[in-house]
Amino acid sequence: MELSFHSVLHLYQDQEMEDLILPNGGTPAGTSSPASSSSLLNRLQLDDDIDGETRDLFVTVDDPKKHVCTMETYITYRITTKSTRVEFDLPEYSVRRRYQDFDWLRNKLEESQPTHLIPPLPEKFVVKGVVDRFSEEFVETRRKALDKFLKRITDHPVLSFNEHFNVFLTAKDLNAYKRQGMALLSRVGESVKHVTGGYKLRSRPLEFAAIGDYLDTFALKLGTIDRIAQRIIKEEIEYLVELREYGPVYSTWSALEGELAEPLEGVSACIGNCSTALEELTDDMTEDFLPVLREYILYSDSMKSVLKKRDQVQAEYEAKLEAVALRKEDRPKVPADVEKCQDRMECFNADLKADMERWQSNKRQDFRQLLMGMADKNIQYYEKCLMAWESIIPLLQEKPEANGSPLVFIPWWSL
Amino acid sequence: MEQAPPDLERQWQPAPLEPLGHTDAGLQAAVGEEAEGSRDEVPGDGTEHALGLGVLMTENNFGLKKIEISVSEAEKRTGRNAMNMQETYTAYLIETRSVEHTDGQSVLTDSLWRRYSEFELLRNYLLVYYPHIVVPPLPEKRAEFVWHKLSADNMDPDFVERRRIGLENFLLRVASHPILCRDKIFYLFLTQEGNWKETVNETGFQLKADSRLKALNATFRVKNPDKRFTELKHYSDELQSVISHLLRVRARVADRLYGVYKVHGNYGRVFSEWSAIEKEMGDGLQSAGHHMDVYASSIDDILEDEEHYADQLKEYLFYAEALRAVCRKHELMQYDLEMAAQDLASKKQQCEELATGTVRTFSLKGMTTKLFGQETPEQREARIKVLEEQINEGEQQLKSKNLEGREFVKNAWADIERFKEQKNHDLKEALISYAVMQISMCKKGIQVWTNAKECFSKM
Repeated sequence: MELSFHSVLHLYQDQEMEDLILPNGGTPAGTSSPASSSSLLNRLQLDDDIDGETRDLFVTVDDPKKHVCTMETYITYRITTKSTRVEFDLPEYSVRRRYQDFDWLRNKLEESQPTHLIPPLPEKFVVKGVVDRFSEEFVETRRKALDKFLKRITDHPVLSFNEHFNVFLTAKDLNAYKRQGMALLSRVGESVKHVTGGYKLRSRPLEFAAIGDYLDTFALKLGTIDRIAQRIIKEEIEYLVELREYGPVYSTWSALEGELAEPLEGVSACIGNCSTALEELTDDMTEDFLPVLREYILYSDSMKSVLKKRDQVQAEYEAKLEAVALRKEDRPKVPADVEKCQDRMECFNADLKADMERWQSNKRQDFRQLLMGMADKNIQYYEKCLMAWESIIPLLQEKPEANGSPLVFIPWWSL
Repeated sequence: MEQAPPDLERQWQPAPLEPLGHTDAGLQAAVGEEAEGSRDEVPGDGTEHALGLGVLMTENNFGLKKIEISVSEAEKRTGRNAMNMQETYTAYLIETRSVEHTDGQSVLTDSLWRRYSEFELLRNYLLVYYPHIVVPPLPEKRAEFVWHKLSADNMDPDFVERRRIGLENFLLRVASHPILCRDKIFYLFLTQEGNWKETVNETGFQLKADSRLKALNATFRVKNPDKRFTELKHYSDELQSVISHLLRVRARVADRLYGVYKVHGNYGRVFSEWSAIEKEMGDGLQSAGHHMDVYASSIDDILEDEEHYADQLKEYLFYAEALRAVCRKHELMQYDLEMAAQDLASKKQQCEELATGTVRTFSLKGMTTKLFGQETPEQREARIKVLEEQINEGEQQLKSKNLEGREFVKNAWADIERFKEQKNHDLKEALISYAVMQISMCKKGIQVWTNAKECFSKM
């Protein structure tokens, strides 16, 4: 049985919403079938030049297709790459990838570029409830998120040159490459990979402590906003359910009447139009707004783990340094391996700092767009309703006959 | 000055065409015209309270005065009820002003306090004495079709306020009705504070009220009702059903809408908290949050306005009941008529059989005669005589019942036509004002979100 996309909302409602001020809730909404809608805004999101750099790499994710095989059914997406970079043999590529390929890519990036912030992927599984992984809405939402993911990598001055990324974009047979095992890793990457835990950090530099605190609060606030947004959608859906019963009653009444028949039918149609507009609003919010919020929560989670790694690198360096100091040897020079550690730490710090700045700037733009988009959708909703109601005023004011006593009415513009 | 004593003793008949106590035909004509004319100026719906005009016969019978009626205040009172127990109730101040033709100035002529039960008494009286009129309804006794925010408590100030408006509307409806406005009891309701209850009860209408209620609820089959009334009764049933449904769903819609708006208020708080950790984004977020608060609080006024629309629908829900009562009254009268005709026919039959000696119809007398022997010619003569008297009486009664029935149908249908026009006009008005409310709500929504969008753009 194919259920609507809206049951995805149950996924998000993990916690009690104690911190929200909410009116007395009603019964859970029935499922409704959302209309699919495309958000032009989202598509255009990352096409502006950031920092005014001239772009030499363009990546797009589109054209989802369902593949039915004996073992499984899955979706692939077309990845189109256009580039003038020397790292690419051809100026243009077009390959097909599925979600697990993206997952593989992300893991590789984390491994090979541990000092950088890797953008998040949309969630792998949809845990709670039975969601149709092949519904148009779900696939479209996922496509957008995957597109965003690749674009963020494309925009990154270091990540976009990553080898695995290149192969992902260009290889005909990605699986063969995967089987080959790990390709050349950067030195930093390899060494950082082997940093074990267990070192105690002395003192975190102020700026990284601040970043950590910021991310904590940021994730918290986003979580609250996510819950509020979900709750609003839930309330709107329940409102929609009632509206869908409300409108037709005017129709029923209209059938009983003579002179009032047309006005009542008009009101019924009007409410119907408002209902449709509301449905479009809830669909848009579900498909465009919630996923981006969720993405940023995942993003800040992954950033926190990178911060932890940085702490580890620093801790290792400090420990080694201390060990040298304790040895009380007469060597004025610092041993090579301690130097290496210091290098590692300083590189890490630099990479992270740069990434954080970039992330902050992107975040600002993303949220500006996201929230303006939310405002826009609401404005459009009200504009549709306004149009509907304004258009029936003349119908309601229509007089059936020219004769008879002049009827008193309140002109609509007087209010 | 009035010569005849006020004729408060009335038979339960179809309402006479003459106003109570006044038989001057010439005045009648004037009354008729004035009533007609005033109807144009009196708006049918209750929203024009400030212009609440009615036409009232003054006691001294000198022409007509335009009056303004308003229920201007409501006050909580405590008193002792019939069982000498303390009770709290609300009293309403009714002010009557007469409007001078020349300069339009109004002068306060009467002012008194009445409670809801007295309004009910007035209405019950009108129902009994004007069965052919679709009597305006009172606002509901208890709050129904409540959505969660509204209190169902009769003492709640919002409920009292809406009831005050409803009571004023009721009085205006009666005062602007061409026939009801002339009623003496109604006049006294507005002018005689003390003793009014006793005056009403002296009319003896209570007895009739009880038997009327019983009759209205009784089930019986009418063979030849006026088709128009049958259809109309059916319509009133359907109307009641559809408006009830509408009001129920509307209450649920209001509930949901309230929820949607109020949850947005949470954005205000969280944006504020978030702005504290942001540098450049902070201001935009903070001010956007403020707009979310404005949005959330705007729903209170919006829904309060909508209650007015619900009240307008409710009035017609109750009006449907009054309409139904008129149709039932016709059925009652028709049934009565049919029974009388049937009875007369059977008596005539009996008479004929006695006279000719043939027995076609069953009669107890006939049976006993058969069983216990023939009766004497004298006995038979006596019986025929009695029957002939009864038949005579019966024919007279049938004639008058027929006349009554036709009068009722004529008068009732006239009022029904008046009511139909009023209904169509009022409900159209109500729909227009509802549409206007929706438009206003949409415009407010656009405003708020546009403001918020601007704040977001500055992030």
